[in-house]
Amino acid sequence: MRKVYPSVVANDGVDLTVLPGEIHAVVGENGAGKSTLMKAIYGVIRPDAGELRWEGRVVTIANPAQARELGIGMVFQHFSLFETLTVAQNVALAMPGKFDLATLSRRIVEVSERYGLPVDPRRLVHALSVGERQRVEIIRCLLQNPRLLILDEPTSVLTPQAVRKLFQTLRQLASEGVSILYISHKLDEIQELCHTATILRGGKVTGTCVPAQETTKTLARMMIGEDLPVIHHGEPTAGGEVRLRIDGLTQPTEDPFGIQLKDIHLEVRSGEIVGIAGVSGNGQQELLKAISGEQPLAQKHAVQVCGVSAGKMNASRRRSLGMCFVPEERLGRGAVPRLTLTENILLTAYRKGMTVSGMIRFGAARRFTQECIRRFDVRCGGANSEAKSLSGGNLQKFIVGREIMQEPKLLVLAQPTWGVDVGAASFIRRQLLELRNAGTAVLVISEELDELFEICDRLVVIAKGTLSPTKITSETGVEEIGVWMSGMWPATPGDGTHVA
Amino acid sequence: MWLKFEQRTEPSVLMRYLSPLIAVGLMLLSGMLIFAMLGKSPVTGFRIFFLNPLRDTYGVAELFLKATPLMLCAVGLSVGFRANVWNIGAEGQLLVGALAAGAVALHFPNSSSPFLLPAMVAAGALGGMVWAAIPAWLRTRFNANEILTSLMLVYVAQLMLSWLVHGPWMDPEGFNFPQTKLFQPHALLPILVPGTRVNAALFLAVGALIAGWVFMNRSFMGYQMKVAGQAENAGRYAGFSARRAIWLGMLVGGGMAGIAGMSEVAGPVGQITEHISPGYGFAAMIVAFVGRLNPIGIFFSSLLLALLYMGGEQAQQYLALPYSISNVFQGMLLFFLLASDVFINFRPRLAGRRK
Repeated sequence: MRKVYPSVVANDGVDLTVLPGEIHAVVGENGAGKSTLMKAIYGVIRPDAGELRWEGRVVTIANPAQARELGIGMVFQHFSLFETLTVAQNVALAMPGKFDLATLSRRIVEVSERYGLPVDPRRLVHALSVGERQRVEIIRCLLQNPRLLILDEPTSVLTPQAVRKLFQTLRQLASEGVSILYISHKLDEIQELCHTATILRGGKVTGTCVPAQETTKTLARMMIGEDLPVIHHGEPTAGGEVRLRIDGLTQPTEDPFGIQLKDIHLEVRSGEIVGIAGVSGNGQQELLKAISGEQPLAQKHAVQVCGVSAGKMNASRRRSLGMCFVPEERLGRGAVPRLTLTENILLTAYRKGMTVSGMIRFGAARRFTQECIRRFDVRCGGANSEAKSLSGGNLQKFIVGREIMQEPKLLVLAQPTWGVDVGAASFIRRQLLELRNAGTAVLVISEELDELFEICDRLVVIAKGTLSPTKITSETGVEEIGVWMSGMWPATPGDGTHVA
Repeated sequence: MWLKFEQRTEPSVLMRYLSPLIAVGLMLLSGMLIFAMLGKSPVTGFRIFFLNPLRDTYGVAELFLKATPLMLCAVGLSVGFRANVWNIGAEGQLLVGALAAGAVALHFPNSSSPFLLPAMVAAGALGGMVWAAIPAWLRTRFNANEILTSLMLVYVAQLMLSWLVHGPWMDPEGFNFPQTKLFQPHALLPILVPGTRVNAALFLAVGALIAGWVFMNRSFMGYQMKVAGQAENAGRYAGFSARRAIWLGMLVGGGMAGIAGMSEVAGPVGQITEHISPGYGFAAMIVAFVGRLNPIGIFFSSLLLALLYMGGEQAQQYLALPYSISNVFQGMLLFFLLASDVFINFRPRLAGRRK
């Protein structure tokens, strides 16, 4: 397989063989060419050279519909769902044959229960969280009884329990003879689940192996070409002054499918990293908007930033108090797709001397951008590249860099490393730890437990719009937090309201 | 062979600027085809429509005269369009601006103050802004779509104008024609070239283009409007006020249209009649898009649209074609522009038949 894009050779002579009933991992960093390879198999793109044999026959797959006809299903990393349609309507669009929403809805419920992927077929997709959207994608594939199932980073937003359940599903499917192509950069998962692995680097195959016979370290080396730096967490600290206080935040939601926030209390102090764990769709989006000011509140005192009651302030005024914020969505929220990186720096960093009497100082903005690109190793064509042209991981590094370089007193991050390759993820985590050691208060909302355990001093769980008591990270474990994520935490003395 | 459209990895900058030229070329070709179908010689038609209007100084001056209100309206509209504020009602704002400026002129029939014209400009801008404020308020307060409300207000403005010139403001010595008294000389814009009608409003228009360029490309507020237009969530994330963008987009558009209205009544018309504007407010939208919402482009596209207006008059005179031929050309221009804009994001490719 060979595929050349105008600026890059995405696949360069890639060979891949998948047996019936095999769970085959395709591993590689962002930009290694995994997605291109999968898209070629699924008929989204046409390879420039190479041959595809499906069950022994040479085939040319012109489009995804033909791929599905052959029995190939794919769950994309970037979801291909129509936001204004319901779950059932979205599934119906991918199904051949008659359009029968009632029957389809029943089948969706069946499959979702059987595989532990709860989702209501009547809900509109725009109101779903990232995790829930992914469930829809998986269900949509499973409904078509594929013989080859391609999964692109499927577990990044699932609880440990749900991951295990998904793995059961996948093993069950494999035992029924379904081949599974499993794209991931989570090496422990691959070791646990996959029979074989093909490793890509820079568009080429750098090795195939049996993951169970390798260590995470040797896999990582094949993947990034060098050893991963070790993260030193340092001593957990109790923190200094309170930089963020959420005090009895109760927020009804305007979205009929949204989550109502109920009596949330939280403090984040300087020099500590606090993590909020939880399955997506449990109020994270609402909480983030309430903290960031994208959804100003009615109660002035419910959110206090650096000692100032900021509940009614919009995002810009809260930033002026020393808060910075990295949102979950990069394109369209954290960055404007069609604007250059320099223009995207202005979005939040304009306070750093980039305007004078209402006019933009482009020189200052460009210098800041170049510094951000250099310090955070953003791979791009330069400060004048459009944000849209960057890969997900690089754009994330850019946005995290932009916010960190503003030297915030309080930094709030949502899914800081979602979809980012291991190298970049480890880099971002190290930056956060450095920031904490320098006295910044950091709040991380993430669905990746490993990440939270790696960097946080204290952990708290969000479920159904309420927060659990906080735990010092070293005094808890993945099991306990995993149970709490389903909303079952013990009542704390004197505070019976937290029983779920 | 199949003709396929392939998405470009980057929008083509070349096509972005080539597209209006292609549209103009296609408009010319189809125009000549239409002349032929109407039994006129295409070459003569082309000559009369596009060359005849510019054969002398007077013609060139008329071109700039007609381009002036188009420039003013289009630059104002483009500020809003860039922020996804769709003010379709520039025509109505132009009329209300003309009424407000006319009211000042009629109220001071004997003033020779040098402040009379500036006051009329201010009144015109204010009138247009008031008319644009209604859809802005409806949008920010009730989330009413400004496309509909601003368009409907055009008709309200037209009827209001009609009532005024048929009723309270009608010239008692005007033989019952629906028009006001002629404005006094101090309420008329000075003529730039003797023997022509081109007047000082051209400076206002060019000034507005320069101010518009600085605002859009250099000011932080202009940047915020751009963000609001391209990614609403990013605007909210940054804390830029969406309301402010809507108000500013509407008010700038309305204010500029109002000044355009003033420039008509205090310029070539010289009084308020029912026929102040041959649809400048609507044509300005085509001007804005052909000019790529960019003041430099708007300068040239307003000249083009002005030429279409003049060509229509010439075709009426010399080819015995109806005046609406201008509208046909305007329509074709917009149509071809939208079609060629597809090539900004897509690349046509001849692909071989499926194996």
